[in-house]
Amino acid sequence: MNPAFSVIFLTTLIGAGQGLFLALVAAQCGIFGAAPASAFFVIGDIVALAFLVAGLIASFFHLGHPERAWRAVAMWRTSWLSREVIVLPVFMVLVALHGACFYTGCGYATALGVVGGVLCFALFYITAMNYVCLKFLQEWATPLTIVNYTLLGCASGFTLATALAALLAPAVAQALAQWALMLTLAAAAARVASLIRNARIRPKSTLQSAIGVRHPKIVQKAQGFMGSSFNTREFFHGKTRKVVQGVKWAFLLLAFVVPALLLGAAALTGGNMPVIAGIAFIVQYIGLLAERWFFFAQARHPQNLYYQAAS
Amino acid sequence: MTQLALVIDLNVCVGCHACVTSCKEWNTSGVAGALADENPYGADPSGTFFNRVQTFEVGEFPDTQTVHFPKSCLHCEDPPCVPVCPTGASYKRKSDGLVLIDYDKCIGCNYCSWACPYGVRELDEKEKVMKKCTMCVDRINDTNLADEQRKPACVLACPTNARLYGDIHDPESIVSKAIRENGGYQLMPEWETKPANHYLPRRSASSIDQQLSRTVEQQRPNELKATDAPSKP
Repeated sequence: MNPAFSVIFLTTLIGAGQGLFLALVAAQCGIFGAAPASAFFVIGDIVALAFLVAGLIASFFHLGHPERAWRAVAMWRTSWLSREVIVLPVFMVLVALHGACFYTGCGYATALGVVGGVLCFALFYITAMNYVCLKFLQEWATPLTIVNYTLLGCASGFTLATALAALLAPAVAQALAQWALMLTLAAAAARVASLIRNARIRPKSTLQSAIGVRHPKIVQKAQGFMGSSFNTREFFHGKTRKVVQGVKWAFLLLAFVVPALLLGAAALTGGNMPVIAGIAFIVQYIGLLAERWFFFAQARHPQNLYYQAAS
Repeated sequence: MTQLALVIDLNVCVGCHACVTSCKEWNTSGVAGALADENPYGADPSGTFFNRVQTFEVGEFPDTQTVHFPKSCLHCEDPPCVPVCPTGASYKRKSDGLVLIDYDKCIGCNYCSWACPYGVRELDEKEKVMKKCTMCVDRINDTNLADEQRKPACVLACPTNARLYGDIHDPESIVSKAIRENGGYQLMPEWETKPANHYLPRRSASSIDQQLSRTVEQQRPNELKATDAPSKP
């Protein structure tokens, strides 16, 4: 596939926002020690909401007719995309209410945290299912895609939460750094597992099944036009194998290795946490942009079988 | 229930592209608006086409055959592009089985094109909505036309009669008979999309002789046989 930057930003931004919200709910439940002061939650929810809004705005750049986007809520019975369009704004409202509750000191913070957490996991699942359900994109059609979207979002969100906690709630920062490190390592393991799986895929479709001729030797002589078309632009990234491999090593380094080292240092020493955790998040986010680019570029669409030679 | 479809005879198609140009001409002139046609005389022309003819060479020299292969929306009986559409713009019409797009509801998200393994959907560069073959829905349903004119433009244009049009759910239709008698097959059967459009395989001169005169001739080793269709058991 040709990676669409609007979708790359959508999925990475909301992933970080979702992970941050989960970290807040975990902090609220006392998982990192005594629950921090409410300022941490108010600002945390504002930051999470900012990421979710930014992701939503990015998604509009993907549409040919953004003014009709409201129509996308119609087909939730069959379309994962429609479900995503419904659940994302509902989740955003819950994040806003969660923050408002801490600001005003209302008594429903726990309930909002639990309901928001459930919606957050639902959103990870729905976002991933958009890709998993396309069964002939064999690189995507695996439960590992769901695991990766969830773990990668959680890892970047918890790293962001560590940076915020270092500024606003230093008491929980070190424990958060440990969690962010564990999630980053878990995400690395799952992503490497999917890389290994995808390297072994044998495409089910062949030129033989595409045109229905069983002869072993078929060569395309013309695709029907000399220029470009939607078919030649949308489904192939046009980069060399070397570039794609380079992006793979870049994301393995930036999304996992460097943040893990920084988070490890932060978790052990606890020194200069805001800067170290902040750098860890920025590096990891850039790594995740590369990871998502690779996720799209690696998927081989069977329609490309029909576009192997211009003339 | 009706399922309209095209049956394309690869044994007869000569790759003249008359179906491509007649398709573009008819569908760019309709009430739904023009099909994009960017830079048509420049170095990199680009535009929306519902139908293309591709060419493949099969076999090893000197035993090669040139296969001209027209490709358009196959109007699948289980179309993967329809359930993924978030707005309902993509739909399968119950009355005749056509897969159609409501251009006024399409938000241009491209998701249906990702969900089509055949690559027959194109986002129109000008109108920013998804477009594809409609089986000339504005011809076949136009009661002002004479009956013999109520066929897709590509079918009417084909000089060799390589394109047949009809209801594949009617066992007595011309398309059902052609599929039955000539080993009609579907593209990429591995994805279980059940394309309505079928293709008729290349038939060797000897196998046609067999049909005509019932004489058995020896086939060359690289010759394409009717049984080369992958959907055949």
